[in-house]
Amino acid sequence: MTSTFLPDKRTGPDLAVPSPTKASARGRARRRTLNWLTAVGFQLPALVLFVGLVLLPMLFALYAAFFRWGGFGMPSDYTGAGNFTRLFQDPVFLGDLWRCLVLVLLSLALQLPFALAMAVLLNQRLRGRAVYRMLFFAPYVLSEAITGVLFSMVFAPDAGLADHVLGGIGLDGLGGEWFADPSYVMATLFLVMTWKYFGFHMMLYLAGLQSIPAELTEAALIDGANAWQRFRNVTLPLLAPTLRISVFLSVIGSIQLFDLVWVVTQGGPDHHSETMAVTMFQYGFKRYQVGYASAISVVMFGICLVFALAYQRFVLRRDLEGATTTMRGDGK
Amino acid sequence: MTRRSGAVRTLPLHVILLAVGAVMVVPLVYAALSGFKSTDELSRNPFGLPEHWLTGNYTDILRSGDFWRLVGNSTLIAVGTTVLVVAVSALAAFSFARFAFRGREVLFTVFTIGLMFPFAVAVLPLFLLLRSLGLLDNPLGVILPQAAFALPMTIIILRGFFRQIPGELEEAATLDGCSAFGFFWRILLPMARPALGTVSVLAVVTSWNNFFLPLLVFTDAKWWTLPIGVQQFQGQYSAEYARVFAYLVLAMVPALAFYSVAERQLVGGLTAGATKG
Repeated sequence: MTSTFLPDKRTGPDLAVPSPTKASARGRARRRTLNWLTAVGFQLPALVLFVGLVLLPMLFALYAAFFRWGGFGMPSDYTGAGNFTRLFQDPVFLGDLWRCLVLVLLSLALQLPFALAMAVLLNQRLRGRAVYRMLFFAPYVLSEAITGVLFSMVFAPDAGLADHVLGGIGLDGLGGEWFADPSYVMATLFLVMTWKYFGFHMMLYLAGLQSIPAELTEAALIDGANAWQRFRNVTLPLLAPTLRISVFLSVIGSIQLFDLVWVVTQGGPDHHSETMAVTMFQYGFKRYQVGYASAISVVMFGICLVFALAYQRFVLRRDLEGATTTMRGDGK
Repeated sequence: MTRRSGAVRTLPLHVILLAVGAVMVVPLVYAALSGFKSTDELSRNPFGLPEHWLTGNYTDILRSGDFWRLVGNSTLIAVGTTVLVVAVSALAAFSFARFAFRGREVLFTVFTIGLMFPFAVAVLPLFLLLRSLGLLDNPLGVILPQAAFALPMTIIILRGFFRQIPGELEEAATLDGCSAFGFFWRILLPMARPALGTVSVLAVVTSWNNFFLPLLVFTDAKWWTLPIGVQQFQGQYSAEYARVFAYLVLAMVPALAFYSVAERQLVGGLTAGATKG
């Protein structure tokens, strides 16, 4: 609509110039403007939604983080970097950072390798592999909140399934308080996260594995490479782009972990399972220290940003280079 | 790969898969069976089949209006989010895929940056914004932000698909007097049906499972969605294990049923999104 209307206004003053060469140049410019307006017109709804509900709120949080503010009216009590210095002296928040790091490391060391092993296994001709694939991925479609409630029942001390199973195979000693035990709560949460998410990473790897041409592993086989050598020197390097994406998603997931923790432990016992998002929620919505909670949002944002940029710069670069060349290649 | 992959070679693999499969299935089966027991029996007989198959736990929930209201709210919000995000993203993706215009790459980068920001990071300022717009306890307060956060992924997937459609088609349509929007509406969208299916399934699942935003936006129980309802139910009936299990199982059924019919789109969308993002 606007695209047919606005360009006339824009090019209006030019109409006074009569020269024929100018006229065709003007026609071209006019067409280009029209084209630009049409293209941007199609973008407009998405842009409004994105700027209004993603970018502006983030900018506002960045602003609010410099105030002591209860969340009502406009922030006025400017504290400079006060919220941030307080944040980095807050043992709970420092604990959040540490727990986030622990989850990231556990995921990289255990969950993703396990997912990869399952993907390699299910990439072979095995009876029932379609069923296993579907089964392993199924928990991904469940809500994290519902998964949390389920496992709070499974790991209920004494009464839950986990303690009964351990008791049944004579390992009573291993059963215990699970989510209620400060030393085991993170490990138990990690188990639940693995149950829910390894299937997702497995699916990514399977898609990656299927895009590797069989000729390459066959060639390696003919050259006398054993199974491990074929995996290590052929499959793994070719799977690298998928692995990088999966690592990226896993890290971002750990940074923003909230639903599961909130439903199962609310960060307890005594902050031992609290995450950054939970701390932010506590301050922002329970204690009405919105300025301070905004500072937590900003730090989470900063961590994501630095991680994403560093990752793009040092790790993803090769993949993206491929993507940008194709982008220019077929750009009309 | 050797052709002689006999039963002996694959046996250990099957054992591993069965063990992992058991770990995946047992919690779900345990929950489903427990729902058929009384809470008393559950403490005496946690594993076995129920002595008497009580259906009361399930039928009570199904007969109460509360459960169906949660399902209705979740559905309304999922459908609203999906329609909005797919419509808006399709327009934007069309423009990214078929137009060359100044600022295109910058704009596209802005959207892809959105991929890096997890929802939890923006939820607090988003809440403040929704409050000042009077959108709390209003389904739009969840639909609009969910759609906004789903934009980057949806646009990226659709753009990739729209680009694969040959340019000759567009030229032919233009020669026949088709406008840009006419080409988009009458030719591109019908051709892109599989891609639209994929992004719709992704949007439905993400919306259906969202917990954080509805938790903040809906203080009034009449708007609660399923994940919130399950959490509240557990809080309310924490002593009645068997009922909570029945509730959990019923709450999982829609998601699992949806997964069983839309598995291909979901997995396809996730892998496409991950590899293209």
